[in-house]
Amino acid sequence: MSDRNDHNSLGNPFDHRQSLTHGRHCDCHDCRQDAAAHLASDGAKRDAAQPANSEEMMDRVVESALVRGMFGHSDMHRRQFMKLVGGGTAAAALASLFPMDAIKAAVKEDLGPLEKTQLNVGFVPITCATPIIMAHPMGFYERYGLDVSVIKTAGWAVARDKSLNREYDAAHMLTPMPLAMSLGAGSSPEPFIMPAVENINGQAIVLHNDHQDKRDPQQWQGFTFGVPFEYSMHNFLLRYYVAEHGLDPDQDIQIRVIPPPEMVANLRAGNIDGFLSPDPFNQRAVYERIGFIHLLTKEIWDGHPCCAFATSAQFARENPNTYGALLRAIIDATQYSSNPENRSEIAEAIAPTNYLNQPVTVIEQVLTGTFADGLGEVQRVPDRIDFDPFPWHSMAVWILTQMKRWGYIDDHVDYQQVARDVYLASDAREVMRELGYDAPEENSRNYQIMGKTFDYTQPEAYIESFDIRRS
Amino acid sequence: MDRTTTEWNVSLNARASLLAVVLLVLGLGLWEGLNQVPILGGGGELSEYEQLMAGADETAKVPPPSEVLVRAWEELSNPFYDAGPNDKGIGIQLGYSLYRVLTGYLLAAVIAIPLGFLIGMSPLMYKALNPYIQVLRPISPLAWMPLALFIIQDSEASAIFVIFICSIWPMLLNTAFGVAGVRQDWVNVARTHELSPLKTAFQVILPAAAPTILTGMRISIGIAWLVIVAAEMLVGGTGIGYYVWNEWNNLDLTSVIFSILMIGVVGMLLDLALGAVAKLVAYQE
Repeated sequence: MSDRNDHNSLGNPFDHRQSLTHGRHCDCHDCRQDAAAHLASDGAKRDAAQPANSEEMMDRVVESALVRGMFGHSDMHRRQFMKLVGGGTAAAALASLFPMDAIKAAVKEDLGPLEKTQLNVGFVPITCATPIIMAHPMGFYERYGLDVSVIKTAGWAVARDKSLNREYDAAHMLTPMPLAMSLGAGSSPEPFIMPAVENINGQAIVLHNDHQDKRDPQQWQGFTFGVPFEYSMHNFLLRYYVAEHGLDPDQDIQIRVIPPPEMVANLRAGNIDGFLSPDPFNQRAVYERIGFIHLLTKEIWDGHPCCAFATSAQFARENPNTYGALLRAIIDATQYSSNPENRSEIAEAIAPTNYLNQPVTVIEQVLTGTFADGLGEVQRVPDRIDFDPFPWHSMAVWILTQMKRWGYIDDHVDYQQVARDVYLASDAREVMRELGYDAPEENSRNYQIMGKTFDYTQPEAYIESFDIRRS
Repeated sequence: MDRTTTEWNVSLNARASLLAVVLLVLGLGLWEGLNQVPILGGGGELSEYEQLMAGADETAKVPPPSEVLVRAWEELSNPFYDAGPNDKGIGIQLGYSLYRVLTGYLLAAVIAIPLGFLIGMSPLMYKALNPYIQVLRPISPLAWMPLALFIIQDSEASAIFVIFICSIWPMLLNTAFGVAGVRQDWVNVARTHELSPLKTAFQVILPAAAPTILTGMRISIGIAWLVIVAAEMLVGGTGIGYYVWNEWNNLDLTSVIFSILMIGVVGMLLDLALGAVAKLVAYQE
């Protein structure tokens, strides 16, 4: 690493010339140019400021976290300050304020030696996976000593199969998937765990431009809709939404499984009338002037979970320290993504071919919530998508009630037990607290979904309360 | 008389080439002309809404050939770049695809040719195995994929397996057909010379059946190359099929058209290579 290449999340936080916002394999415009410059100058000279081994790296991470924290994660302010007072002075001042050595030792002790540092993490190229993806270019995995390859996957069926056969150590999944996989619905049963949710909200119902006059769902008789996967919030939310408007999702409309990247092409070809799908494809349909955003899913259930970070129970059992480090990286990245100020920067980091492969403006409209709706209006909905890692047990219970309602499972289900086994709320809480974020005290709460209360203690009664159902 | 025929031939070839070029120019010209990207409105301040929508064309069009050429130049001038696990140059992607195709194909050849020999030489084996072959042969490669992923537990090996299972049948059937069709006179001559069955197989039947076997191999490589694109679109990760899928994901038709051309060119080269081998073993009766 030559001294020219100063973009590094492990850079010296006391050096005003170094940016801390970009990871070593960062793919953004600046870093690419920098990497090119780095290759051109045959400067193989090792920068003394780079940490040489994992011990030093850990020290650097702690220093970096403190310094970043002091400057409210604003890299510009940090660099201005360091330039002004000099890095040495700042380091000395900081050391007198914080017991730096004690903190460094505590963090190291906590983690223990990593069983495995090279990991494969799969993702489907959608904005829901933002924390999993951006943790790579922005150096969150690196910060916890992990060398992660984030691998793009064509759809969830393949993501599931690659997770089941251990090609992926962990993967981006839809929140219902680990539940379905653990129950053996749609695949062979295999205990999977979901220690963190990725995003809440962030989906939308998009209709073809031809249907601009059909904004009332009761006019949707005979429509064909795309959803990304059977065991998805998209499927369950669409079913819930049309059923609340009196349509039977199995008889009055047709629901077809289409992998997210193929949604827009199918909408253009007229194969489907609309879809409830993940972004960026909702916004992309608007951008391509094919469809318009009928409804953001936050209107159906504000704060609904969507995608998740999941791994096999076996991986977590056999590699507890690696699992811990990975979970810390993910939760840290999720919290970072949740801050609206970071969204534009993230949009730029995840748009390149290696990640989402989409125009930056489309990703930015999704993440910032200032977007064109396809009907000629600019809408400002800052919580169009948000990121919150806490896996509420009550979310799992709701999903299970919908799986039962629509006949995906028909045996007796112990709702609370399955939720506890798969959604690891206590792991998430522990890590969130340790990283200094607020975590809720309880594991479950009730929800208001389109004005109807969901009581997580009464799942069977909740199912009975619907007129349109399969069970 | 002789002279006029040659002249006629030369001018036929020349005229064919001329016609081919004219068709190409006409086709490309039409394509280019009909798909000009409209120049966006005369400057002026764009409203916020227009800014958010900017970039995409008013109505989607097929990209004109000039754009495809520019993209081809970009991709081909740096074919081996590697910008992470999901972004590699076209040369690397084609390399992955060729590796998968050749591995699956060679495995298929190693099994199909001896088995085809057996079936061709023994009417009993032919009758016993034929029903299975007829059932397995028409199965689409993608139908195998979920089963392969489940049983083999490895996506790379599954892709190779799918190539294997799809390219084995033409080789098997053609080998059997070629071996069974060797003229009985030649086998009788071998018998009168008291050649051992093994010698008969290698010195008489194999050379006699070689052109038919090669035809089967040529059909198989074509099928294998067809299948790999579909398989890689499904499994993803690397390869030309993944490249097509990834650009589809971005609705980037320019790159899709470019990769279609590359798939065609590589497929043609594979076919030409086997065609050249076929010429070596051809014979006149």
